[in-house]
Amino acid sequence: MNVSAAGPSQGANSSPSGGSERSERGGPLTEPIIRVVDMDAGYEGTPAILENVNFDVGRGQVFGILGGSGCGKSTVLKHMIGLLPPLAGEAWIDGTDIVTAEGDDLLAIRRKFGVMYQSGALFGSMTLLENVRLPLEVWTDLPDDAVDLIARMKLELVGLEAFTGHMPAELSGGMQKRAGIARAMALDPSMLFLDEPSSGLDPITAASLDATIRRLADSLGVTFVIVTHDLGSAFVAMDRVILLDRRAKGIIAEGDPRKLRDDTTDPRVRAFFRREAEPAPA
Amino acid sequence: MTDAVLAISEASDGGRVLALSGRLDSESVTRLWDAVRRAVAEAPARRVVVDASGVDYCDGAGIALIVDLLRHPREPQVEIANLKPAFEVLLKQFDPHVLEHDLDPEPPRGPAVEEIGRAAYRIWQDIRTQVTFVGEAAAALVHAVRNPSTVRWRDVWRICEQVGADALPIVALISFLLGMILAFQSAVPMKRFGAEIFVADLIGLSMLRELGPLMTAILLAGRSGAAFAAEIGTMRVNQEVDALTTMGLDPVRFLVTPRIIAALLMTPLLTLFANLVGLIGGAITMQSFSIPVVTFMKEVDSAVTMTDFMAGFVKSFVFAILIAGIGCLRGLQTGAGASAVGDAATKAVVTGIILLVVVDGIFAVVYYVLNI
Repeated sequence: MNVSAAGPSQGANSSPSGGSERSERGGPLTEPIIRVVDMDAGYEGTPAILENVNFDVGRGQVFGILGGSGCGKSTVLKHMIGLLPPLAGEAWIDGTDIVTAEGDDLLAIRRKFGVMYQSGALFGSMTLLENVRLPLEVWTDLPDDAVDLIARMKLELVGLEAFTGHMPAELSGGMQKRAGIARAMALDPSMLFLDEPSSGLDPITAASLDATIRRLADSLGVTFVIVTHDLGSAFVAMDRVILLDRRAKGIIAEGDPRKLRDDTTDPRVRAFFRREAEPAPA
Repeated sequence: MTDAVLAISEASDGGRVLALSGRLDSESVTRLWDAVRRAVAEAPARRVVVDASGVDYCDGAGIALIVDLLRHPREPQVEIANLKPAFEVLLKQFDPHVLEHDLDPEPPRGPAVEEIGRAAYRIWQDIRTQVTFVGEAAAALVHAVRNPSTVRWRDVWRICEQVGADALPIVALISFLLGMILAFQSAVPMKRFGAEIFVADLIGLSMLRELGPLMTAILLAGRSGAAFAAEIGTMRVNQEVDALTTMGLDPVRFLVTPRIIAALLMTPLLTLFANLVGLIGGAITMQSFSIPVVTFMKEVDSAVTMTDFMAGFVKSFVFAILIAGIGCLRGLQTGAGASAVGDAATKAVVTGIILLVVVDGIFAVVYYVLNI
């Protein structure tokens, strides 16, 4: 007996092996899935925080946006996910410019990615399980027990399987953040944008999160864009990073984080990757 | 076009083979979920092997389909064969036995008597908290009177503007309409007896003694009481109240005193304003019943005594303390999370209005006993 489950073709993650074709970490990439072109980042009516920012993110890559506090990392992320229009420039997500996209086009792009916000941004009136179930209930026709199982698996993935019935307010900030990651992963999107995923997490949980990110990137070709200060995560999990600088108003380094740490001659980049304090003014 | 296929065959050893192939994602799993479960259920006590060699994509939904087969106890256990290593890694992230039961079920409800007891205890605790808070607020007010320099007057003036000046339009509108409606509703039947001039007595007495203070207080409870609760509640959620405490500053003195002072200054003024506008509304209406404004006002003057005016005016001070006190108390009691702030604001309005009406009733009884 044969049961066939035919469905529409899938735009993303259609690699037969399920994995990306990364030859070496930080090396040449598969085709870009995200392109930021000539972007001036900032808020309308105020001077640009960053000017003329350009970078590509390859399919299946774990890409980091690094930089000091207030350098515009989260602002760039908001421009990339279409929450805030940039002052100038384009942000192409899987072939569509999210800056100019509207209506159904915008909705179609947003269905391709998941976002984890700095605070977790869980809905306070729902339990953790209900938070993770929500996107599955809205966007899939899966049976109720399948939705339930998938949501519980996502929570197990971030170590919260014993807290499914808790309300967000009953959990610590780090736990809320982990639940936010589980919710972002609920629909298995082809791209995940994570804003400071490991801040506030204990080292063991942060390490297991790094391992999960790598597993998803390697096994399913999920593309990650991660805004972080966490150099440990950058060295362990990321293929490529850009380093933003507030004074330079742009990208001051780009590449494999391990190579940047070991080989750079730029004192600003070296100070960041080696955690050196800025020299005191004379 | 992508698809996933389930092929069921019987093995020579009596077992059953479920051959999965194609792309296992949320769409294909939606269609296969029941079929796969049924295929396993139809082979009780038989060996069931899931041959995943043909699966070329398997995301979280596909892994969930496999985990679902593994998590339910069965003899012999379902076997998963030939899953590609990339997907095997994803599968190994999960312990099917952990997912067999809900590890965080809702706690069972106790017997009805126990629930009633708990509810009664919560009400008792709430009353105790309110009494304690009244004491703390009174002590803070006395301290403020004795040491005016310790009051943050800049905050007081800012709150005065929010409670008083910003509330003028809504108080004016409601009072004006109240005066008009009262006049209309009473003038029509009284005209039958040629007694429409006494509508002025009715409006004057009811506005100054009762409706002016009470309606103003209810409006302020909905407007300023909720605002106090939401503002202080947000500060509590953001740990600003904790910061005050650890800095050695008493949150009651720092947050509650300015609000109570502002409410004490503004509520009586708004009550006077509401009384005046209510009378104007009544006077304008009575013009259509051929009673000039001057006649209306003279009748009010003759019907309403200073005692009547003071009976209403004194109430406004008590109402002010109630509105500000309850708003601040509910704000300080806020739990965690955004919904807690909403709960605090709702409780502030509900408790505030209930207490206003109860206290107004007490005033009515006291005035009756004292023949005021």
